Amino acid sequence: MQKLLQAVRDTQIWRSIFRHGYPDTPRNRTLAVLSNTFLHLHPVKVRRSGIRLSYTWCMGGLTFFLFLVETITGLLLMFYYRPTAEAAYQDIIGIREHVALGVMREMHRWAAHMMVITVWLHMYRVFLTGSYKPPREFNWNVGVILLVLTLLLSFTGYLLPWDQLAVWAITVGSNMARATPFLGHEGPGASLLAFGGLNFVHAGDDARFGLLAGRFVGEGALLRFYVLHCVGLPLAAATLMAIHFWRVRKDGGISGPL
Amino acid sequence: MADAANVKEEKSDAEGAAERGPALVRAPLRGEVSRRGLFSALGLGWALFTGASAGLLGAMGRFMFPNVLYEPPQEFKAGFPSEFAVDAVDERFKATYGVWIVREPTGFFALSTVCTHLGCTPNWLAADEKYKCPCHGSGFIKTGINIEGPAPRPLERYKIMLAEDGQILIDKNTKFQQEKGQWELDGAYLPYTA
Repeated sequence: MQKLLQAVRDTQIWRSIFRHGYPDTPRNRTLAVLSNTFLHLHPVKVRRSGIRLSYTWCMGGLTFFLFLVETITGLLLMFYYRPTAEAAYQDIIGIREHVALGVMREMHRWAAHMMVITVWLHMYRVFLTGSYKPPREFNWNVGVILLVLTLLLSFTGYLLPWDQLAVWAITVGSNMARATPFLGHEGPGASLLAFGGLNFVHAGDDARFGLLAGRFVGEGALLRFYVLHCVGLPLAAATLMAIHFWRVRKDGGISGPL
Repeated sequence: MADAANVKEEKSDAEGAAERGPALVRAPLRGEVSRRGLFSALGLGWALFTGASAGLLGAMGRFMFPNVLYEPPQEFKAGFPSEFAVDAVDERFKATYGVWIVREPTGFFALSTVCTHLGCTPNWLAADEKYKCPCHGSGFIKTGINIEGPAPRPLERYKIMLAEDGQILIDKNTKFQQEKGQWELDGAYLPYTA
């Protein structure tokens, strides 16, 4: 048996993938982290005190886990969901009634709620432990953007069921974009961007219009929110998460207790 | 600090060259790029690159704003004045255009169906003689004045006039807000002339 395992480890395939021995020495453990695309974002060594549950609450890790849950369940939902006014509501009912494991959309929804909660708790923990202080102030800002992206992911996902709750919630929510300075037609400064009686910023070309592809929440808004929800925002979040984890490593690992 | 040191070095280089005589500071040969020429080319290149990038970004932003909208038009004809019942709130144009046309004994006005609280669509409750918003409970009397709930200001009115064929014409591009005193302006109210 030992011989067989050794033979496997000596094959060119094995040696081309793993450039180090078993991670049973400090050197090999370091190499295992450094030579792996995904693990290398993570600190090579973590303080024993830094992984105490009472210190980190594991909220950052749980948030990442929930993001992975959202990615996998969301991908599966995309196989059944069509973002059109005719099909959207029928499809989300169909996902529940006509598909095995009909709780997929509920899992996606609950994980989204959980993710918002864990992001807030993670931020709260980082604040309480003073982990936003130098040299980690850049990473705090990356985290704030990730918080906003999480909220935007929830917001864009809220429209997709295309029921009364969704349409009116997004009608109310997207009205905030009317008040964008200079870019929203009811925002401060918008009235300055006028020439004679001609407004350059009006309901037909302002920030809200760009978001909804129309003056009200219609099919264009459904498609835009779908693309943002499934492609745009997750890509941005994944990129920033890579930076976030990398900076934890670069800024000296998980912060120690005060 | 480092910059200052570099400048000093350059200066001493130039001085050294001057001491060694003019023969060492020669004009570039044909086909050779001078230092100044290189930086001019680089500057021009970066300027072009920046301009092209900005133009592309602008074009991509413009891509998000379509030239044609499949929405109901902002202007529409609502029929002849004699077709409206006196003291009634006409709901025929609510679903498509988001407008109530209210006929008073003396004339007409066109009320926006967008709640001034957060933008939901209120319902006209004929029995209670008020518009009531289902989202957060704002209420407005028939003229559009807010009387209850969180709405901070009256409903907006749209421009209403007579078209050349005698029909009522609503223009949603122009709106009149009561709190700005605009309901007194021309176009906010259409007097009835039989």
